Amino acid sequence: MDILSLFVIVPVLTVLALVFSKGLKQARLISMIGSFIQLGMAINLLFAYFRERAVDKSVMLFTQDYVWFKNFNVHYAIGVDGISVALLLLTAIVVLAGVFISWKTDDLPKEFFVSLLVLATGVYGFFISIDLFTMFVFYEIAVIPMYLLIGIWGSGPKEYSAMKLTLMLMGASAVLMVGVLGIYFNSNADGGALTFNILEIAKVHIPFEAQKLFFPLTFVGFAVLGALFPFHTWSPDGHASAPTAVSMLHAGVLMKLGGYGVFRIAMFLLPLGAIEWSWFFIILSATGVIYGAFGALKQTDLKYINAYSSVSHLGMVLFALLMLNKTAWNGAILQSLSHGFMTALFFALIGMIYGRTHTRDITKLGGLLKVMPFISVIYVIAGMASLGLPGFSGFIAEMNIFVGAFQHEGMFYRVATIISVSAIVVTAVYILRVLGIMLMGEVKNDEYLNLPKATWFEITGILLLLIPMLGMGVAPLWLSDMTMDSIQPFIQGVLNHL
Amino acid sequence: MDISYIVFIPLIPLAVFLLLGIFNQQIKPAVSGYIGVLGLATSAALSYYAAYQYFFVSGKVDGVYPTFVEKTVWMNFTDTLHIDMGILIDPISVMMLIVVTTISLMVHIYSRGYMHGDAGYTKFFAYLSLFSFSMLGLVLATNLFQIYIFWELVGVSSFLLIGYYYTKTSAVAAAKKAFIVTRFADFGFLIGILIVGYYAGTFDFQTLNAVNPEGEGLLFQWGASSFMGLSVITWALILIFMGGAGKSAMFPLHIWLPDAMEGPTPVSALIHAATMVVAGVYLVARLFPMYYFVEDGFALNIVAYVGAFSSLFAAIIALTQTDIKRVLAFSTMSQIGYMMLALGVSSYKGHEGVGYMASMFHLFTHAMFKALLFLGAGSVIHAVHSNYLKDMGSLRKYMPITNITFLIAALAIAGVPPFAGFWSKDEILVAAFEKNQLLYFVGLFVAGLTAFYMFRLYFGIFWGKETKYHHEPHESPMSMAFPLLFLAIMSIVAGFIPFSEFITADKAGFEGHLDLPLAAVAVGTGLVGIILAWIFYKKENDLAERFSNAFGMFYKWTFHKFYFDELYLFITRKIIFNLISAPIAKFDKKYVDGTMEGIGNKTVIISEKIKGLQSGRLQDYAMFFVSGVVVVALVFIYLWT
Repeated sequence: MDILSLFVIVPVLTVLALVFSKGLKQARLISMIGSFIQLGMAINLLFAYFRERAVDKSVMLFTQDYVWFKNFNVHYAIGVDGISVALLLLTAIVVLAGVFISWKTDDLPKEFFVSLLVLATGVYGFFISIDLFTMFVFYEIAVIPMYLLIGIWGSGPKEYSAMKLTLMLMGASAVLMVGVLGIYFNSNADGGALTFNILEIAKVHIPFEAQKLFFPLTFVGFAVLGALFPFHTWSPDGHASAPTAVSMLHAGVLMKLGGYGVFRIAMFLLPLGAIEWSWFFIILSATGVIYGAFGALKQTDLKYINAYSSVSHLGMVLFALLMLNKTAWNGAILQSLSHGFMTALFFALIGMIYGRTHTRDITKLGGLLKVMPFISVIYVIAGMASLGLPGFSGFIAEMNIFVGAFQHEGMFYRVATIISVSAIVVTAVYILRVLGIMLMGEVKNDEYLNLPKATWFEITGILLLLIPMLGMGVAPLWLSDMTMDSIQPFIQGVLNHL
Repeated sequence: MDISYIVFIPLIPLAVFLLLGIFNQQIKPAVSGYIGVLGLATSAALSYYAAYQYFFVSGKVDGVYPTFVEKTVWMNFTDTLHIDMGILIDPISVMMLIVVTTISLMVHIYSRGYMHGDAGYTKFFAYLSLFSFSMLGLVLATNLFQIYIFWELVGVSSFLLIGYYYTKTSAVAAAKKAFIVTRFADFGFLIGILIVGYYAGTFDFQTLNAVNPEGEGLLFQWGASSFMGLSVITWALILIFMGGAGKSAMFPLHIWLPDAMEGPTPVSALIHAATMVVAGVYLVARLFPMYYFVEDGFALNIVAYVGAFSSLFAAIIALTQTDIKRVLAFSTMSQIGYMMLALGVSSYKGHEGVGYMASMFHLFTHAMFKALLFLGAGSVIHAVHSNYLKDMGSLRKYMPITNITFLIAALAIAGVPPFAGFWSKDEILVAAFEKNQLLYFVGLFVAGLTAFYMFRLYFGIFWGKETKYHHEPHESPMSMAFPLLFLAIMSIVAGFIPFSEFITADKAGFEGHLDLPLAAVAVGTGLVGIILAWIFYKKENDLAERFSNAFGMFYKWTFHKFYFDELYLFITRKIIFNLISAPIAKFDKKYVDGTMEGIGNKTVIISEKIKGLQSGRLQDYAMFFVSGVVVVALVFIYLWT
């Protein structure tokens, strides 16, 4: 069996094993073992990738291709490059951390872990696909369990939020489907057969008119998942109602599918469309960056704050991709990874705080540093990472984005860039506001004086997310060179036409 | 010269930080104090050794002090742009190593006494080490991005230490304010770096500052692109200076520094008097050739005027403050303004570069006597448990060592010979006199004000009224007295270091000499200030009160620091929160989300309306089918013909 397909098979086997499990203890043990194996595989893949890359310079490595539907030339085609390897590793870590954080799920545990792992399967499949159709199928597999996870295990107005989230993402999928079919039906523009294989399509010269028409559809279809302004409103409500592990997985991994799809499909296959439309979407994404940051300033619910913060941080990803150069793209990928770890860590911590104090309203909390020192200190660290402190992953990502964005002369680009850079100030304000109100000051409620300490599974979950963040931030060279190397073939089409 | 061992100077404090930070609960307070002191002592010893090696063993090559660099690529942006991490050894970085490790070591020793019995003792030493690491990294930076990285790290250490008493609301607010104001300044700094990176194609200090005898190189090609009448490089330098002004509390970004006094006093001595706040001066000095040569020093002029104005502004406010740490904070701001002024009036070559030398000289001496003043103030606060002048008086009877050392520091800052401040301040005034008479008179006036407010403080604390104390104040323990004595000695001898031999803009050194007439005027002004303070505050009397009543309005404005805090509060609370953030939150809920909801609701309504179509009656379906066929047929016929 090839090394990539295992990424889909192992979660599926884990799900099967879960079906036969009884009770919370068995369910979480099986999920943990399954996720551990996946993490092992992801690490192994990283080393295998380095070994293979040293001898093989093709765009995608470990490629496999099986015919699926002959009539439409649909294949199950897989392969990875440095970017997907990094994202697979992110997914494996976040899923494992999510399992640890859900250690005490007492409501329908078996079904919960099944949904969680189905979601993970979809994400893994998405990152290894190099066939548009396969990719789309996995995308839907990842999105649908979301509805159940929020609707059943959520809190607050969970049915409403689940419905809103699912409908908006489904609406986006519909738009995306049109875009994907548009690409498919133009894939014979040079006289070959119709194909879904992205590497094949990239060689085809799709007519300019078609690119102009289908680029915005494909872009928006993906970007809604990446919280593009003004299509971000599913995110705050969805996160607020979702259980902790789901928020972690959703914000940490699922939202990354948006940015990934944008450069892997929309910009790679429709470079002329990307150049034509970039100005318009730069306005939207730069607005999102600053709008999300200001939006977070006034919120009092921790999850809303984090959701708006994600709008801002992921707006940065889309902004960087639209800058259409290597440095900015690399920044976008690093930002995806960084935000993945960081936001998952935030949601995990919020879950722990909520689990102990039963509120997420920062005005009701205060002085937590005194009563839950470990969780609070980690929250401070996560906050510092989020506002782009050097030494953490966010800094290197943002600097790549800014330096990349600054490669464009011209007033429009300069203004958009400076607006995005100014978010570093607003981010500092909303992060410090939370730290100041929630963690520092006097303890507001005497009931909080005897809260339980962080448990071993919580600490494990936290460290799993914290260590990669620090590792990326302290020694970024190997990772950033690996991703940078893989960007080249994907951006070449755009650069040829600029 | 082999410089590889210098990398351990910052790394040892880092190791101490990690050790104390991770094993916070396990390490006993008594041990953690020793670990901290030992770590810094090692770094200090290495720094002194490095300075000795650099200035005396290795020495000048072709008449100039050479620059040694060791670096490695940390991250690649493009084929040409990358961030390096490394160490750069030249006269000013060696000098800063001495300043930072000396003050930090003294503060570590002092803190063992001052923080004794504090619940967060180990944490405190961990933070101090983190700060020392960041500051040393900043000093040794080889390129703009590296300096920015450590710049942010000192910012966060400062945040942690100001907010050290995190249950106190005022400390939390001060910590936030310091971080946000400097972050805002760093926003400018970062844009400046991006501009330099784009137009110059490098972040590297050596390349940026390379002065070729033929007038070639980056420094002389600043004219390529311009924006609003100025070269883009000038804009970049102005923005970089904005970062420096934020860290160094220059007007109008000074508002965080007085509040930063909420931190423990040793922290104020280390970070907010001697080291971090001079980072802005160091940054301008580091890029001095750029500031001087690009567009004939346009940006450098801004540095001079901002420095001079801040110096005056802060000295005036310091006259009326009653919290002794706040007086010292404004004094710090004023003295840093002095250093900026000196850089601003400096030229590059030989003796004309006296301003640059004077600035670095003053940075060095100021670090010693200002740290001493803060530690002395800490000793006083430790004894009387109050920050306010009204709770003090006649303390000379109880605290002889503090009294003497504080007096030495006050004489040093007032510019009385032969104390350290006299020598460096004199050089600054000489530089200003030669270049710009207006700035000279501002500087001279500030010198008088400085002497006055500093002796107001001294007489107010150690002389003046006989205060009844609940607990009789007593002299501080040896751990606190030793740093006072050491720094007092430094405040006396530091002025005799021949700085012009070692540290000059062109690194060649020149023959220094004392300009007697100018020195006499400066000393005279200082003495007038001291005598006035003596008349007003030596014995209890109502002169000061009568005086402040006579200047009612002006006194009030000064006492309220010209209402700058209120202005900023208005901008942040009223404008940013209420006019930007709140409307965005509302807009998001009502319109953006509302539109999405609206689409959803409309869909429901429409589907309610059209669900009648699915009636189950065969006749209806047949009619739809037939009409559909007809429409499709019509379309096809239309398209075919």
